[in-house]
Formats: sequence, C-alpha cells, structure tokens
Amino acid sequence: MLEQQRDYVLHTAEERGVRLIRLWFTDVLGSLKSFAISPAELENALEDGMTFDGSSIDGFGRTQETDVLAMPDANTFEVLPWGDPKAPEARVFCDIHNLDGTPFEGDPRQVLRRNLQTAHERGYTFLVAPDLEFFYFSPPEKGQPPVPLDEGGFFDLTTTDVAGTLRKQTIRTLETMSIPVEYSFHEDAPSQHEIDLRHTDALTMADSIMTFRLVVKEVAASQGVHATFMPKPLENVQGSGMHTHLSLFEGDDNAFFAADDVYNLSPLAKQFMAGLLRHAAEITAITNQTVNSYKRLVPGFEAPVHVSWARNNRSGLVRVPIAKRGNPSATRLEFRSPDPACNPYLAFAVILAAGMRGITEGYELPPEADSNLFEMSDAELNKLGIDLLPQSLSDSLRVMEQSSLVQEALGEHIFEWFLRNKRSEWRAYKTHVSAFEHDRYLRAL
Amino acid sequence: MEPLVVFPEPPPPDLARTLDLGGYRWKAVASAEDAASHEPADGWAGAVVACDTDPEGAWALCRALRKRDDPTRLLLLLGGGQLGELELRDDLYDDFCLTPFHPVEVEARLRHLLFQGLAQTKAETIEYSGLALNVETYQASIEGRPLDLTYMEYELLKFLAQNPGKVFTREILLSRVWGYEYYGGARTVDVHIRRLRAKLGEEQANLIQTVRSVGYRFGQSRWGA
Repeated sequence: MLEQQRDYVLHTAEERGVRLIRLWFTDVLGSLKSFAISPAELENALEDGMTFDGSSIDGFGRTQETDVLAMPDANTFEVLPWGDPKAPEARVFCDIHNLDGTPFEGDPRQVLRRNLQTAHERGYTFLVAPDLEFFYFSPPEKGQPPVPLDEGGFFDLTTTDVAGTLRKQTIRTLETMSIPVEYSFHEDAPSQHEIDLRHTDALTMADSIMTFRLVVKEVAASQGVHATFMPKPLENVQGSGMHTHLSLFEGDDNAFFAADDVYNLSPLAKQFMAGLLRHAAEITAITNQTVNSYKRLVPGFEAPVHVSWARNNRSGLVRVPIAKRGNPSATRLEFRSPDPACNPYLAFAVILAAGMRGITEGYELPPEADSNLFEMSDAELNKLGIDLLPQSLSDSLRVMEQSSLVQEALGEHIFEWFLRNKRSEWRAYKTHVSAFEHDRYLRAL
Repeated sequence: MEPLVVFPEPPPPDLARTLDLGGYRWKAVASAEDAASHEPADGWAGAVVACDTDPEGAWALCRALRKRDDPTRLLLLLGGGQLGELELRDDLYDDFCLTPFHPVEVEARLRHLLFQGLAQTKAETIEYSGLALNVETYQASIEGRPLDLTYMEYELLKFLAQNPGKVFTREILLSRVWGYEYYGGARTVDVHIRRLRAKLGEEQANLIQTVRSVGYRFGQSRWGA
C-alpha cells in the first residue's frame, strides 16, 4: 500500500470525526460480515491487519488454526452516508490472510482476485455490469406468504409513490457510496424493482453488490418495508435475477468487438461464450445457490432454462445485446442465469474461469438458437443438441462435484465446504412436506 | 550517512563506478518492494534511479519513494528520447541527468541534491469555482460542504484541479494518477469520473467535461471555448 493512501484514510477519519470503522468481508455463502474498530486502532489495522477468530464465520473455520487476519483495502475506505451525522461511521473492505501473510483460501474476495490475476496476466480486464432485481414486501411474518406493497394497502400514500421514493432514495445513497446506477425501473411483477449498475472491474463490482444489497435493505427498513433478493418469492410471477453483462478489455479496447462480424463479436468473444455454455451446468450451483433459485429457472418467466445463446431470444442462457451503433465498447454478452442471492465474488470467479477456458481451449461456438425454445419438445431440443440447465440444487451440486474447472477456480477449501454445506441444505429441504403435496395428495390418495 | 538506493539491480556498470569513486555507500534494488524491505530505519540518504532499461519499474520506485511524508531526494537518469515521460511527473524527482551521462555531472548533481535540505511542505489549497481541496489534510469540499471521496477519487480530482483547462487522455490519467498497473484498465478512469460527477452534485457535475474522443477536462478550456 502506498504510504500516501494510508495517510489519506487516517486524515479522512480524523478530519471527518469518524467514530467507528467497520471492517467488511464476506463469508462463503455471500453474507456480509463485519466487525468494528475505533479510530485509535485504524493505523495499526492498515499496517498489520486485525486478527480475529475465523471459526466464527461460515466456511472460514478449519479444525486447527482458526485465527486469521483482516487486511483493510484502503482504496475502499468510505464514510457511510447513513447513521448519526454527528458521530459518522466508515467502512472498509478487507482481504483475509493467514497469520503468515498468505491469502486465506476461505476468503471469496481472494478467490476472485486470484482468478482476475490469471486473466490479467494474459492482458485482459474483466468488466461486469449486473441488473439486480428485488421485491419490496410488508415486513414478513413467519409461516405467512409475503405481501407485496402494491397490494398491501400498508401505506397512506399510494404504494407506487412509496416504492418510487424508496428507489430514488436508494439510488441517491448508492451514488454517494461510489456505485453509479445506469437505469432503474419497476419490474413486471407486483412490487418488483430493478436497478442496473454501470460496468466496472469485477472486484469493484462484487464489493459494490455487497454494498448494494445492504443499502437496498437499509433504505427499505427505514420506511418499515422489507426488501428481499430471494430468487422466487412469489408463485406465478417472475422471480428476481441478476443478469450479468460481461466483457473483456485489452487496455482501452473491447476484446469482444469485431467490426466485420454479423454479431459484432470477435473470435475471442465467441470462444468465451462457448466456454460459458459448455461449463454452464458446472457453475450453476455457484450462480444459483439456493433451493429456491431453481423455482425461478422455469419456462414462462423470462428466465433461462436451456443452455443456448441468441441475440434476441430471452429464453436463452446467453444473450448478445445489440450494441448501440458506433460504440464498440458496449459490445458484451449477457449471462442470464445468476440470481441476486449468489455470492458475487464466487459467481464472477467461476463465470470468468468458464469463459477463459473457452479461450485457452479454443472452443467452437454452437449455432445461435433463435426460435423460442420454450415451445419445443424435448425431442426437438435433443436434435439441436441443446441441454437443460440443472433442474434443482441437488442436480447442480452433482455436476459441480465432477468439475475440475470449478474446483480449480474456487480452490479446494471453498469447493469442499460449499458442497458439504449445500448438500445439507438439500437434505433439510427434502424432508419438508409442502402445501403442494397436501393439496394434491392428502384427499386423493 | 545512510546508503543511497540505486535502481535497477544490477545498476549500469558506469553508474556503479561513479558512485564508488565518489565514495558513496549504495544499495541496488530491483523493485519498489525490494527497496521497501531494505530501507534503513532512518530512510535512504537519497536515490539514483536509472529509468532507461525498465521505465515502468523505475516510475513505480519513484512513486514509492516520493509519495510519503518525507520524500526521498531523487536523481533520475534517462535517455534523451524519454524526456516526454517527465511531463506531469514533477513531483516524482528532484533533478535529472541524460544518459549516457558524464560521471562528473552525475556526481555534481548528486552532491547538490544531498546538500539541499528537504523542501518545505506548506499547506496548499486548490480552489476552483466552489470546489476546495486541501492538499495537506486530503479534504475536499464543495461550497463548504465536505465531499466524501475514496482515495483514488480524491487523487483524480486533485490531479484535474491542479491542471484546469487542460485536456487529458484516459491513458495519461491512468499512468499519472494511478501510476501502477491497475487491473481495472483504462475503463477505470471513466468509472471514477462518473463517480466524481455524482458526488460533485448536479450543479457542479459539469466541472469535469468530456472531450469527445479525446478524454476529460476540468473547468473551462483555457481558450474560453
């Protein structure tokens, strides 16, 4: 770290009268974790890191050594725009290290760093831009279905006003936290909203998504509203996705762009896409990590079901958006399966690994699937060589377990822990007897 | 006296000879990290950085030695074709000498450099149309309202505000402000400009102007355009 960068943080904390500094990091499942230090500890923390007991965090603990170091990334230091202005707080993202200074294998941020470094060594910068969808509900009650704001009659104001105000306030807070917003709108489903973030490098974006999820929830909670990133909270309406726009830059140039191609895609972009498609099933457990994720990936709700690509077919897994004329830097791929409940660090790491494999192995891109796949029979799909995405968490775990690509991208520690944790989630789910079963079988059988 | 730090490792033979004949103690280093790990407790007496073989490594070392509270006195050796690289890097060196150099000249410049006391750093404030940057405390404000910026946002704004009216390409901004190979690439500049504009607020957002197919400019063009 540059000495000046450290000084900047120390001066800012002093000049702005910061009372508390929150050290942020992420567990394997993508939950934001934090502990706070006083400004007196800050210099020491920037220099040597702060020791904490890793076994207290999901996926961090190992049997023997459990102490790890949180090393603040000084460039992410920011004063938080909420809370008491007279006693401001700041946050800083941390990388987790072992006590000997080596990167800790259980830290998702380090996993993404390592994968970005591999691409960087070949001259590529990985840029991403996610479209994040979420729902606003009345505060949930246990055992009761969620109540959308639009129908809830929960507020004196008309509900569109409330949701609109919430979204505006959310965007303002995001912008003060260095997270530029590109678009925002009310989605198709009742009380569903979408906020699209402007592209940036994948590490910054993964940090931004962690901040984003907190900001959306905090702003909603301040108005007595519950915001959720659950992938499919309501039956019969579309779920929440995190369509992710991807491109590789070589210096100032978009390596995905080719002026002379019908799709404006370079051979590199096609290989990257071929990698994504070929390894899609293997990475699905990471991009769609809950039991509930698979209830979103069904036909009829604009969510991908098949492993295919197309320009304008929204049922495909990868869409090639038509870039605005004369803007090569907007050429990109849109990967449509991830949902906003994923761990963004791990999701970006495996997406990049799959795409890069396509480039190193020179994969051939299958033809575009431009007719609507939802209307085809299994036999027709088979003839086209189009596979389905894994149908359940159990399916996707089984495919992931066999994947050396995912194992390599995540590292042994997280790979094993993730499989173990998610298998136990699946076992818990399997023993659950649902309302669907009661309705269908109790009387009939 | 503490030793001088010399770049690269091994240094050009004629440089090593000049320093030895001048009676200087010196330590050659291969990188900024290398210099940091060998730095004596009281700091280096000074630095001689030859940047003709590995300019990128040389500038990285200059930054590491200069971007701190007590910048190391620094003499640069560079080829005539590299003079352009000096532009906008005045803060990274005290003096320079062209290669191939004359041993007597290097010795004279070095002696003079080490004789001078450290330049007095005075509190400096950059002001422009409601925007104020205090370079000493790293604080930025707009119409008296404090601006909460990340380190790189602050550095970028400072660089632009120090050079109002001048147009910079993304590459120049990346190399002069970030200065090291950043994994975000040139697009990083756009991202940070976008963030700065949002933080400056609607009324001041146009302080930073996009110059189509060139780059960015802070404030009005000096030609009044």
